[in-house]
Amino acid sequence: MKLEIITDSDKLTKEIAISLAELLSPGDVLTLEGDLGVGKTTFTQGLGVGLGVKRHVTSPTFTIIKEYNGRIPLYHMDVYRLEFSDEDIGFEEYFSGEGVTVVEWAKFIEDFLPEDRLSIHMELIDESKRKIIMEAGSKHYEDVVKQLQELLESNGG
Amino acid sequence: MNKQSIILGIETSCDETAAAVVKNGTEILSNVVTSQIDIHKQFGGVVPEVASRHHVEQVTVVIETAIKEAEVGWDEIDAIAVTQGPGLVGALLIGINAAKALAFAKNKPLIAVHHIAGHIYANRLEQSFEFPLLALIVSGGHTELVVMKDHGEYELIGETLDDAAGEAFDKVARVLDLPYPGGPEIDHLSKKGEASIDFPRSWLEEGSYDFSFSGLKSAVINYVHNVNQRGDKLCKEDIAASFQASVVEVLTEKTYQAALEYNVKQAIVAGGVAANNGLRTAIFDKFSSTNISVHIPRLELCTDNAAMIAAAGAILYEKKQFASWDLNGRPSLLLT
Repeated sequence: MKLEIITDSDKLTKEIAISLAELLSPGDVLTLEGDLGVGKTTFTQGLGVGLGVKRHVTSPTFTIIKEYNGRIPLYHMDVYRLEFSDEDIGFEEYFSGEGVTVVEWAKFIEDFLPEDRLSIHMELIDESKRKIIMEAGSKHYEDVVKQLQELLESNGG
Repeated sequence: MNKQSIILGIETSCDETAAAVVKNGTEILSNVVTSQIDIHKQFGGVVPEVASRHHVEQVTVVIETAIKEAEVGWDEIDAIAVTQGPGLVGALLIGINAAKALAFAKNKPLIAVHHIAGHIYANRLEQSFEFPLLALIVSGGHTELVVMKDHGEYELIGETLDDAAGEAFDKVARVLDLPYPGGPEIDHLSKKGEASIDFPRSWLEEGSYDFSFSGLKSAVINYVHNVNQRGDKLCKEDIAASFQASVVEVLTEKTYQAALEYNVKQAIVAGGVAANNGLRTAIFDKFSSTNISVHIPRLELCTDNAAMIAAAGAILYEKKQFASWDLNGRPSLLLT
């Protein structure tokens, strides 16, 4: 199941992410792909708000993983710098943990990722417009995506 | 109070494997750093696995060298200070375990130091502190403004809401196909260019000391994208100069405003980006008309080193704030 959403502002991107976060459960894994500057951090900041994280979600590029406490904890990873590495830095503990894990540049840790996950791609349309494509890898995520679709439609698209 | 101290510092939070011996928190007896930047250059960034492996290989010899160069015996060393976080957990643990093993074997107190406190205290190796003091910490992982009313007391008044300043340098360098680390490359290129492109300055709301560099990064990416699409030639020098001008102006202006509001006597800059020539010049210029003294450490004390960890450790030693044997690496440790 695949859902495509067009957003024309950071604000709307964040709102979509907040709505998505409210449908997620502990142990959920999301991969987030897209070019530099497409808005991956903005999207994750929205997820943080939706998960009840009080602290500001900032880029994890430097430290690879940042953890946040919330209604559901958020584990935010940017594995860009693991491109030439095959080290397992404890992924399984995060993926099966009590929080929601968001992985940016997930293709660099393909071997460690659970099959059951929600894949999100962000594409640049123009300076402010982005296309967000969500692909559910299992029944659980199909339900999440369906509910999100209904929610967005009821909010006027 | 233990005013007199000789502290062995160990730092392995990111690129550098470092050990140093510092007397009384102010005098460097030795400062040994082995950098992995040449290894990382091939990969375009810090590769944690490489980082951990090389820390393991180097940490023992770096500590031995630091003790030898300091010309002190183990009986003269009062405590062992080590970076607890933030940083890459695998890398942090190597320094922590080395510190624990030595502290246990040599019967010395163990001291846990926050990496950013270390960067701040790098300044005290060159210049005594006057309180209240404002510190701007700018590096690959951090962009923070901290007010200190006394030694070891930190009040965070502003921080980045998205990318760290150094990270913005690295990412823009990547877009311009410049080598890693991006900061020095952009600093160097920008001297040959004109700040002719009007990139945005992110001031956030009035009175805020927080920072945001994500919009600037996107603006540079869009600009490069548009030039390429038109088939025009990129003037990397001008892009570098314009990008750096934006970062430097925001950092300098916010630091200046905070210094006035908090009525500080001293402003210091710390962290790897403090090595940036554009920033150093702008900060000194901005404060030249004030009575606030400004200090930015020499290059080798701006980048990661262990002398700064020993210097910050000396304050904790004075206060007898020691770590216990269950000390662990904390990747997201807060400065308190």
